[in-house]
Amino acid sequence: MSSVTSPELTQSILYLDGVSVSFDGFKALNSLSMVIGHGEMRAIIGPNGAGKTTMMDVITGKTRPDDGDVLFDGSVDLTRMDEASIAELGIGRKFQKPTVFESHTVDDNILLAMKGPRSAGSSLFGWRNRVRDDQKDQVLETIGLKDHRKRLAADLSHGQKQWLEIGMLLAQDPKLLLVDEPVAGMTDHETEQTAALLASIAKTHAVVVVEHDMHFVRALGCKVTCLHEGSVLAEGAIDAVSTNDRVVEVYLGR
Amino acid sequence: MILRTIIDLDWRGRVFLLVLAAVAVLVPLLNLAVPAGSAFNVPTYLVSLLGKYLCYALLAIALDLVWGYCGILSLGHGAFFALGGYAMGMYLMRQIGPRGVYANPVLPDFMVFLNMKELPITWWGFGHFPYAMLMVLVVPGLLAFVFGWFAFRSRVTGVYLSIITQAMTYALLLAFFRNDMGFGGNNGLTDFKDILGFNIQAQSTRVALFVASVVALALGYLIARAMVTSAYGKVLIAIRDAESRARFMGYRVERYKLVAFTVSACMAGVAGALYVPQVGIINPSEFAAANSIEAVIWVAVGGRGTLVGAALGAVLVNWAKTWLTGAFPEVWVFGLGALFVLVTLFLPKGIIRTLSEWSARRSDQRAASAAAEAGIGAVQQPAGAE
Repeated sequence: MSSVTSPELTQSILYLDGVSVSFDGFKALNSLSMVIGHGEMRAIIGPNGAGKTTMMDVITGKTRPDDGDVLFDGSVDLTRMDEASIAELGIGRKFQKPTVFESHTVDDNILLAMKGPRSAGSSLFGWRNRVRDDQKDQVLETIGLKDHRKRLAADLSHGQKQWLEIGMLLAQDPKLLLVDEPVAGMTDHETEQTAALLASIAKTHAVVVVEHDMHFVRALGCKVTCLHEGSVLAEGAIDAVSTNDRVVEVYLGR
Repeated sequence: MILRTIIDLDWRGRVFLLVLAAVAVLVPLLNLAVPAGSAFNVPTYLVSLLGKYLCYALLAIALDLVWGYCGILSLGHGAFFALGGYAMGMYLMRQIGPRGVYANPVLPDFMVFLNMKELPITWWGFGHFPYAMLMVLVVPGLLAFVFGWFAFRSRVTGVYLSIITQAMTYALLLAFFRNDMGFGGNNGLTDFKDILGFNIQAQSTRVALFVASVVALALGYLIARAMVTSAYGKVLIAIRDAESRARFMGYRVERYKLVAFTVSACMAGVAGALYVPQVGIINPSEFAAANSIEAVIWVAVGGRGTLVGAALGAVLVNWAKTWLTGAFPEVWVFGLGALFVLVTLFLPKGIIRTLSEWSARRSDQRAASAAAEAGIGAVQQPAGAE
């Protein structure tokens, strides 16, 4: 790690350099490089198969890159760690399909997400058994589910599940939030609410959002990175990226 | 923690413990105090038979802890049960002393028969009851720990895990069949004389073993219940429903599974240890793959993820088995198969859950009709006031 002193690296919460992943010869990521700053909000766009989800998998430890560096907070090498230790470092992930714990209540979903010791021993005997309801109030208010706290997560609407999952990430209080297609399948109204929710989260956390919906990305109003075939095609403000000839070509076909 | 669990128990758990308490008092009373000719007398063979069911019920609860709450479909829990049983059997063999056919004060009969000169290391210490009881917990627990350590770390899940647990119990079956293993080969361990100095055939000993089984079942239930109602249990359910989500949330899934699997194996071992003195024999057939699968059926019938349902399923299915194997020995296997098919088709959630959903629906309906009546009254009132 000779480049530790570079300013780009020390100012970044996430630093990807030359990351490559291939599955059976298919290059899902092809020498991908990207830097996310502390407290930055970034939208990642790109057509299907561009490598967006694989990139998330690499950052969260699900997939090991064949090549390249993935550094968190300027110094921690994520490529050597497993999912649980990466989550402990402070990287939270929201999946494309809302995955909340369906047989638990909204309250319990938040309880399990809350920041704190996560060992088997501590959850058998420790503080997580003594969490009061009012300690979850703030998160539940933010995501607008306070009146639904006793309901099973399975009974929530699609949009409510998405918010619950975002609420779980808030309770986890990560330094970096990875959000995969948060508005897929949402109504316009829900989409607007989600954009506002993410914008308020981005005030205190670094957030990376993967999204197809250009209106939503525009509503986020942040820097945009467009991926194509596993590497960065264009990066910049939404207007510059969306009018970029190569991006238009990739998205619409020739 | 156990005390808290008792206080916080739901009605189902209270009923379960009350039934156990009643059984623990009534069965010994009806056996010892009521004369043998009376219609109310519980014959001693029945006491032991019921004791056997209770051991199965404890095994079912152990299995439900890992399968119902953590989604680990173990098809090898019979192995932990059998290992606990062997540990108890070895103690009972050492108690025979010089009363065996060959009258060897140290070596059990089969060892003399096999020309063994001295007690194998594996048998050392089994003359002492506390050591043997420790082994009842340690041997199954250690096997589960080592097995789980490798399986869960390599993220073996679902049907693959089921298959290797089945392979584990089959491997143990083959191993225990060998005379060289020093555990009695295919004859196993039998002809027990006494336990803690009491004659194992005596009526009072049988009753004491029965009561011990009730106590073990109640304790096993409370431990499992304490685990599944704690935050730990919530994480287990989270792992069952969305394993990778739990992982990305920072939970070390393999350790959670390992704790549940090991505790469950120890519980199964205790069940086996209480089973052996009541049936009077332990042999390698207890490791048979079918035994472990049967245990899964008990849990499925009663309702996985309910603990009480697992115990109920074990008792019901085994009672049916005793009855059917006596009345129609040829059909039992088909009956068991049919039971599994029928339960999967018509009671996919098991007896307990189906019953509680049914009663919840009824009370919903009652509430709805009550609300409707109240609604009518509310409408009529202003009309009357006019």
